[in-house]
Amino acid sequence: MSMDVTETQPLGKAIKRKEDPRFIRGQGRYLDDIVLPHMLYMALVRSPYAHARIKSVRTEDAYAVKGVKAVLTGEDLAAMNLAWMPTLAGDQQMVLATGKVLFQYQEVAAVVAETREAAEDGVSRVDVEYEPLTPVMDPFFALSSDAPILREDREQTNNHIFHWEVGNKEDTDAALASSPVVVKEQIRMPRVHPAPLEPCGCIADYQNSTGKLTWYVTSQAPHAHRTVLAMVSGLPEHMIHVVSPDIGGGFGNKVPVYPGYVCAVVMSIKLGQPIKWIETRTENLTTTNFARDYHMTAEIGATEDGHVTVLKVTTIADHGAFDAAADPSKFPAGLFSIVTGSYRFPVAFAEVDGVYTNKAPGGVAYRCSFRVTEASFLIERVMNTLAYRLSLDPVELRRRNFIAPEEFPYQSPLGWVYDSGNYAKTLDTALAIIDYSQMRREQEKRREQGELVGIGISTFTEIVGAGPSHTFDILGIKMFDSCEIRIHPTGKVIARLGARHQGQGHETTFAQLIAQELGLSAADVLIEEGDTDTAPYGLGTYASRSTPTAGGAAALAARRVRKKAEQIAAHLLEVSQDDVQWDGTRFSAKGLSSRSVTMADVALAAYTNLPEGMEPGLEATYYYDPPNLTFPNGAYIAVVSIDRGTGQVHVERFVAVDDCGTVINPMVVEGQIHGGLTEGFGIAFMQEIAFDSDGNNLAPNFMDYLVPTAVETPHWETGRTVTPSPHHPIGAKGVGESPNVGSPAAFVNAVVDALAPYGVTNLEIPLFPWKIWEVLKQHGLTVS
Amino acid sequence: MGRTVINDQIMVHVTINGESRHALAEPRTLLAYFIRDNLGLTGTHVGCDTTSCGVCTVLLDGVPVKSCTVLAVQADGHDIETVEGLGHNGQLHPLQQAFWDNHGLQCGFCTPGMLMTTTALLRNSVDLTEHEVRRAISGNLCRCTGYVNIVKAVLEAKRRMGEETRKV
Repeated sequence: MSMDVTETQPLGKAIKRKEDPRFIRGQGRYLDDIVLPHMLYMALVRSPYAHARIKSVRTEDAYAVKGVKAVLTGEDLAAMNLAWMPTLAGDQQMVLATGKVLFQYQEVAAVVAETREAAEDGVSRVDVEYEPLTPVMDPFFALSSDAPILREDREQTNNHIFHWEVGNKEDTDAALASSPVVVKEQIRMPRVHPAPLEPCGCIADYQNSTGKLTWYVTSQAPHAHRTVLAMVSGLPEHMIHVVSPDIGGGFGNKVPVYPGYVCAVVMSIKLGQPIKWIETRTENLTTTNFARDYHMTAEIGATEDGHVTVLKVTTIADHGAFDAAADPSKFPAGLFSIVTGSYRFPVAFAEVDGVYTNKAPGGVAYRCSFRVTEASFLIERVMNTLAYRLSLDPVELRRRNFIAPEEFPYQSPLGWVYDSGNYAKTLDTALAIIDYSQMRREQEKRREQGELVGIGISTFTEIVGAGPSHTFDILGIKMFDSCEIRIHPTGKVIARLGARHQGQGHETTFAQLIAQELGLSAADVLIEEGDTDTAPYGLGTYASRSTPTAGGAAALAARRVRKKAEQIAAHLLEVSQDDVQWDGTRFSAKGLSSRSVTMADVALAAYTNLPEGMEPGLEATYYYDPPNLTFPNGAYIAVVSIDRGTGQVHVERFVAVDDCGTVINPMVVEGQIHGGLTEGFGIAFMQEIAFDSDGNNLAPNFMDYLVPTAVETPHWETGRTVTPSPHHPIGAKGVGESPNVGSPAAFVNAVVDALAPYGVTNLEIPLFPWKIWEVLKQHGLTVS
Repeated sequence: MGRTVINDQIMVHVTINGESRHALAEPRTLLAYFIRDNLGLTGTHVGCDTTSCGVCTVLLDGVPVKSCTVLAVQADGHDIETVEGLGHNGQLHPLQQAFWDNHGLQCGFCTPGMLMTTTALLRNSVDLTEHEVRRAISGNLCRCTGYVNIVKAVLEAKRRMGEETRKV
C-alpha cells in the first residue's frame, strides 16, 4: 500500500501520486480543455494518394461555407517562405504540399472556421486536382535503380537518405569467416505507432498588440519546440511562450513538430485570433510520427562451446517521405549501436541505410531511446537462434556471454562505456520468481501431451539518459537538462524543470528527490514543468531521460541550495561552516547535536537573518550535462501456450525483473513497467501499420490498429535488482522505456521456443493468430 | 413536447450529475462535444471518434455509453452522469480513492471513462472476479498502466463498498 506525501526522507518510498486527485476528478487540464476568447478551429485537407502531382488547389467553395474564415495553401506558405520546415533529423518537410504529395494523408491545405464542424465542412469543399503517380512502398525497391526519385527538392539521384556505420568491418568479416559456428537471421520490426490516447494538437494565440505568441501544445519538449518555432517562423524566441498542459500520453509521438502546428501559428498571426487544431485519431495514426520500420540482417559468430566472437548487422530503415526521425544529430540511426546488448562481443559492426518511400515521415523513439528497441529485439532474438544451433539452454548461453560485474565500466566494441550492471543477478532473480527449472519440466510434460508451450527469455541492456553534450545534440542544441529550486521563507519549495511529463509522475518523484536532498517532505515541494516562461531551458522528456538528466539537475540544484543553507546554518548555530554537519533532516554543530536547525529555519533566516554581506534568498539553478549515459538492464521471461485450433497465443505468465539503479518511487516504477510491457505485448502480437501497393494505409483507426485491451493483456509479475549508476548524483538510471524495449523479444522467443521442436527458429512480428496458424499448418500441427 | 429550434440548432435538455441543464446544439453534434463544449464539463475526453477507446464513456440513464457515438439530441430528456458527478461534498468516491491508492492511472486521460464504466459495473454486480473486471473494461483502452492496477483498484473499491454497506 502506498504512503502519504508528508513522509520525510521520502526517497525510495511508494508515495501516492500528487497529480492523481485532479485526474480522478476529471479536472486535468489537457489541450482540448483550453478555450480562449474568440478562438477559431482549424482542420486540414489531406491527400487521398500516396504519390501524386498536384495540378490545382481551389479554395473558393470552402470560403462559401458558413463560418469559414480563412484557407491556407502551400502556395500561400511559399509566398511567406514557409512552405518547408526543417526536421529534427536535418532534412526538410513540406508544411503544406506544393507540386506533389509524397504520402497518403499528407497535408495539402488548412481551413479555419468558427467551429470544428464548420472547419471540417470547409475541408470537404477544398477542391484539389491530383495526377496520381506510382507509389514506392517497398524500401528495397526504393533503393533499386528502377525506382522513381521521390524527393525532387533534394536534387537526389536516388532514394537513399544516409549511410551510417559503427565498428570495425574488416575485423568483423574476418572473425565471421573464422568462427566455428555462425548463425544468421532476418529480423524485421514493422512500422508501429505510439498512439497516445490524447491526440496531438495545439492552440496558437498571437497577440498583435504585443507581438507575443502563446503556443499551447501537446509537447514532450516545450523549450526545444520554442527554439525550433523561432528558427522556422522568424519570431524572436523571447516572444514565444510555449505552454505544455497536462498531456494524455506521449511515448515519443509528441516530440516532433508537425505541419498542423506551423499552420495554426501562421493562421493566428494572419487572423489575430487564437487557433485550435487537434488531430483526429486517423490523423494521429496516419501522419504523426510512426516508429520502428527496420529491416535487419544479423550474423553472430561463436565457438562450439557457446562463446560469442562477433556480431554483424546490416539494416534498411524506411523513413518515409521526409527524414523526420527524432534522433540526436550525431546518430542518424539512433543508438542502434547498443545492438551488442548484454554480451561480451570482442568485435562487431553495424550499418544502417535510410530510405525514402511514399509513407508518412518520421521514425520516433517509441518509448525507447532512439532505436534501442530495434537493437535489443535483434540481439535477444538472434542469441536464441544461436542457443538452438548449439543445443544450449538460452539461459546458459546468456550466462556464458554476460559482461561480468567486475568488467564495468565496460567498453563496448561499438563505442559505448556501460556504467554498471550485474546481469547474472538480474537473470537469477527472474528465474527464481518463475521457478525456471520447474517450468522447463512442466513444459516437457505438456509437450508430451501434445501441447505447444514455450518459454522465452530476454536479458537486455538499455542505453538511456541522453545526453552528454560531447555526444548528443538536437539541431546543435546540447541535450543537458535543468532544474531551478526556490525555497520560500516558510520552507516551502517550488522547483521547475526543463523536463515535461506525460503521465510518468514527475510531480511526485521529483518532489521526493528534492525533498530527500533538502530534508523536507515531498508535500512541501511543488514541481512545475512545461511553461517556457518559467522553467529553465531543458530538452524535455523522452528516451527515459528525465531521471538520468533532469533528475541529476534536480539533485545538484538541491545540493547547491544546501551549500548556501549550510552557511546560513553556521550563522544561526554560531559556529564556523566547517563545524556544521547535515544528517539528512537538520544542520547541527559538530559534536553538539542538541543544537540544530532545520531547512525551514534556514529558509526563514535567508530572508530575515543573514550573515553579514550575504545575498538574501535561498534558491539555485543547475544545468546538468551528464558525464555519461546510464545503462539499465532487465531479465524478462514469458511463458506461452499456442492454441492449435486457432493459432492464438496465450501468455500464461510474464516475469519482468528490472535494474534501473536507485529507485525514487517503487510504485511509480512498477506502474511504468506494467505500461511498457503492455505496449511491448501489442507490438509483439497485434500491431503493424501496413500499406497496400497503392500506398493506402491499412490501419488508420483503432479498429484496424489494435491496442491491447484488458482482456488479452497478461497479468504482469515484477521484481527488481539495484545496481546504482556510479556517475549519476543519486545513482538512478531511468526505467520508463525498458519494458517496451525488453519485452517484444521475450514474447517472440517464447513462441519460437514452443515451435522449436518442429524446426521453427524465426517468426516475423506481429504474431497475428492467422500467421501462427499458417506456421502450424505448414508443420502439420493444426487441429480442427 | 415540441423541440425548440433556433438557427438550425436544437435545444437539448438533460439532467447531468443531478443538475438540469439545456443548450443549443446542431443536430450532428456528438454528445461528447455537447458535454465538453456546451456544458463545460471537460472531464469527459475524446480519443478516437470511433467508439474504440472509451475515454468519452459516460452513464446515460445509468448505462455506460461512449458519448462520441451518441448524438446530443438523442440524450434530450435523459439523465447523464460524468466523472464530475462522482464523489460528494468534495469527498472522493470509493472508486476514485481506490484508483489513487492503487496507482490505477498515469497520464489520466483514460481515467474518467474508466471510472464511469466501472461505476456502472460496481452498481450492477454482487461479487466481482478479476476476469469480470477485465471483460467490463475491455472497451476502455489505457496506454499507460497495463491494466493490472486498474483491475486491482476496482476489486478493492468493490470490497470497500461492501464493507461500508455491511456497516450500515
